Amino acid sequence: MDLEYQLIIPEFVMAGLAVVIIAAALAFRNVDQKWFGYATAIGLAIIAVITAVAYWDTNDDFGGVLAVDHFTVLFRVFFLGIAFFTVMAAVQFAGERLKNHAEFYGLIVFATLGMMLLAASRELLTAYLSLELLSFSFYILVGFNKLNPFSNEGSLKYMLLGAFSSALMLYGISLIYGVTGSTTYSAIGPDVVEGTRSIAGQLASFAGGSGGVDPDGARPGLLIGLVLITAGLGFKVSAVPFHQWTPDAYQGAPLPITAFLSAGGKAAAFAFFLRLFSEAFLPAAAEWVWFVGILAAVTMIVGNLMALQQTNFKRLMAYSSISQVGYLLVGIVALDAANITQSQDAASALVLHLIGYVTTNIAVFAAIIAFYNRTGRDDIVDLRGLAERQPFLAFAIAAALFSLAGMPLFAGFATKFIIFQAAFNNGFLWLGAIGVTASFVSLYYYLMVIKQMYLYEPEGSDRARFHVSRPLAGALVVLVAGVLFIGLYPTPLFDVIHSSTAGLFEQAAAISAAAVGN
Amino acid sequence: MDAGEALLLLLLIPGAAMLLTILVPSRHANVVRWIALIATTATLIDSIWIFAVYDFAEGGYQFTLQYPWIENIGFLGENGISLHLAVDGIAAPMVLLNGLVGFAGVLVSWKITHRVKDFFILFMALFTGVYGVYIGQDLFFWFFAYELAVLPMYLLIVVWGSTNKEYGAMKLTMVLVGGSVLIFIGIFAVFAEAGAGTFDMAVLRDIEFDRGFANTFFPFFMIGCGILAGLFPFHTWSPDGHVAAPTAVSMLHAGVLMKLGAFGIIRLGMEILPAGTDFWMPVLLVLGGVAAVYGAISAINQTDLKFVIGYSSVSHMGFVLMGLGTMNNIGVNGAVLQMFSHGVMTALFFAMVGGLYDQAHTRDIRVFGGLVRKMPLFVIFFGIAGLTSLGLPGLSGFVAEFHIFVGTIDTFPLFAALGILSAALTAIYVLRLMGRAALGPFNPRWENLKELSRWEIAAAIVLIAPIIAMGVWPDPFIDRIAPTVAELPKIDQIGGLFTLSSLTGR
Repeated sequence: MDLEYQLIIPEFVMAGLAVVIIAAALAFRNVDQKWFGYATAIGLAIIAVITAVAYWDTNDDFGGVLAVDHFTVLFRVFFLGIAFFTVMAAVQFAGERLKNHAEFYGLIVFATLGMMLLAASRELLTAYLSLELLSFSFYILVGFNKLNPFSNEGSLKYMLLGAFSSALMLYGISLIYGVTGSTTYSAIGPDVVEGTRSIAGQLASFAGGSGGVDPDGARPGLLIGLVLITAGLGFKVSAVPFHQWTPDAYQGAPLPITAFLSAGGKAAAFAFFLRLFSEAFLPAAAEWVWFVGILAAVTMIVGNLMALQQTNFKRLMAYSSISQVGYLLVGIVALDAANITQSQDAASALVLHLIGYVTTNIAVFAAIIAFYNRTGRDDIVDLRGLAERQPFLAFAIAAALFSLAGMPLFAGFATKFIIFQAAFNNGFLWLGAIGVTASFVSLYYYLMVIKQMYLYEPEGSDRARFHVSRPLAGALVVLVAGVLFIGLYPTPLFDVIHSSTAGLFEQAAAISAAAVGN
Repeated sequence: MDAGEALLLLLLIPGAAMLLTILVPSRHANVVRWIALIATTATLIDSIWIFAVYDFAEGGYQFTLQYPWIENIGFLGENGISLHLAVDGIAAPMVLLNGLVGFAGVLVSWKITHRVKDFFILFMALFTGVYGVYIGQDLFFWFFAYELAVLPMYLLIVVWGSTNKEYGAMKLTMVLVGGSVLIFIGIFAVFAEAGAGTFDMAVLRDIEFDRGFANTFFPFFMIGCGILAGLFPFHTWSPDGHVAAPTAVSMLHAGVLMKLGAFGIIRLGMEILPAGTDFWMPVLLVLGGVAAVYGAISAINQTDLKFVIGYSSVSHMGFVLMGLGTMNNIGVNGAVLQMFSHGVMTALFFAMVGGLYDQAHTRDIRVFGGLVRKMPLFVIFFGIAGLTSLGLPGLSGFVAEFHIFVGTIDTFPLFAALGILSAALTAIYVLRLMGRAALGPFNPRWENLKELSRWEIAAAIVLIAPIIAMGVWPDPFIDRIAPTVAELPKIDQIGGLFTLSSLTGR
């Protein structure tokens, strides 16, 4: 096999960057710690630009396990962007409240590397290893504030449940391997199609019944494997009922890591989810679409209802991100084995909503980090009077929260419109209706936050106006502008996304063409 | 007539004013006010021009303008989502209405001193959103504008409002956004069912939807939009919201925002899903009739001036829904006329109440008396609004309600009687209010009241002019509305192309 190493140069460079940052800390002990942050950010930005320019037209794969196509490149740049903004937002925070800065930034880079590999993976074990690289980095990062008991608790909870979910996923992978005889997506795809049959047939074969059921077609192993992999992924993206770790991990983690976890961690898991389910499992859609649909519905409902009762902003954002996962899962449900065009629409809609959500979420967290830098508090009532003290931060938070609620002018409106339409087009009327209703409920708790900022006067001993540090303010301006841009004119972004998702369905298109030919 | 740029200006001018206001430092309150005044003056002139130039002999949609936004990608085909603007004979008076009320709203907001900049930014967002609904021809942007018109209300009420404002604001926002959930679902369903790959209303209007589909999804539009129009029994947000809102916001809200609901029923319901009207329009008529009577009875019992007007809005919007429910040309004509008439009238009401409240700091009817001694102009203006409300001939309310009752008699005589009864109830609360507060024995507590400010007087004159104009010479309105209404699908024609002059000439 001919391995073309030039395809994965960005990944090598990322690993190098992480090592260099950590090693540099040993060499330069007297340098102001913030320069490690800025060096990391500059490194990430350079890699992002070079990756975008050099690889955009590539459509190749590395030994059949890592695809380097539009989709990969889009997500590489996307993850690098997430890491860049996280680091920019984190510099002041880390300088004032954390120790061991170089390791902090180095682990962020390692996590980003895991994300990049995950989006590119076309083989189950490679994907699993990438996911573990990502997860291990996060386990450490969540517990990085080691003197804070909440941070330790969050990290421990996250690690135990994460290990459990990894085991589930591995078991699922082994079952899939047992049924199809392969772990590469390209080999699984054509093979699962033969196992495809109705749920009723599956259940009948479970019951051992033979009444009219073709025993050759019955492959319960496939169904169990799919369920286990979905459950494992459900833990990683924190879909209900696998979400229990999320609020604790979000609350315990240092704020920039909460931002990174809610943005990067989710985005990477969904990139994996999407590639896996569209390249490998799409022909078997009839078998998984129902339980993913239920997962999406439950996630939207529970996430939003739990968010209603939160008093801590980070916990609120944890439940809000859970509900966003529900909307994203709608995109997976809208994949349709019989209709490749519809599937690609759904995939594009999912990625568009993902990018809109991530941009918005980082904006919220960047603003909250700026607030926390000044006050050291993160309860919702602490935001009282923010509109008087720092109007720009209040505006940024309000804009981002309105965007999460799916209100016009902001990203959430356009992206939710498109993702729910994809579900409706595929006949999932009930799911789209639940989604719209759930996002209506979400408006209430976002408004409760906005009310604190705009309605009340500042309270407590510290009521003065304050300034936000320049790099953070700059990053925040860019993010809010991005939220508005996606909301008002998503067309260019949507075009790019749509061209990148086409590659995901080449194989499914070939399979269905072959089926028609027969 | 093809000058769609005039419509684009309606969105660009307030949009630009909003951006400009963001850039002005907040200490320059007067600069902010003048920007708002200049912008609303410009849109008012533009609106008047559009109303005047709309060619009613030709009818149909005019000033068409279409820019593609997202097309030929994924499930979106040709003109999938486009910025498509146009006005017909129903939208033209509504555009004029928004221009008038927005302009008057800025005038009465001159006295706001708390966070002036933020106020006008949100005000302009609301104002733009309302225009977008009236002139939008693409479901995506229509809904975008609809939400944009509702969203700023929350902050406008919660920051600048009064009387139980947190409750009122949250209730209003949640109920209205809840309604828009239904519209959202309806839009998705229509798009998926049509399979035309476009959200363009012009295309969707030409598609004949299956009767069962239309019957299923018509109520999504009817109730979803109806909530904003104060549809019984979802009307309770309206009085609470009006009472809590600051003056200019009450004006815009009762004046134009509630009309968005009725307008939405025409645009989405009657035009896109006409097959559903047979089954659902009688329901709308009944609910409208109930709201008319119920609103009037509730208004009689109120002691807070704004509650009186809030419930009277519910009652008058009930007339609008009744008129739509008749599904004949005269009734629907009347509904559109009533939308305009009630819009300017209720804006005038709220402007006057705001002027009084800012000095008196109470709106309790029982403590006022003999205000005419201190505020004669206030009493005159308030009286004009009141008389319009009870349907005095010569003022706009009469023309509109007359059409509605004639239309209803033709279809549901019983409900016409109910409507006329509620018009009579209106007379009770309006005249009682006038008698108690404006005339009556003077209460010495109000020795220090001053006359309205010149800004308020200017606003009142701007609003009274169309009331009288429509009252004595309704033809310019009817000429535009009637042919468009006659073109709506499934409209019964009674009495030919009905105009008031044709009736009197017979």
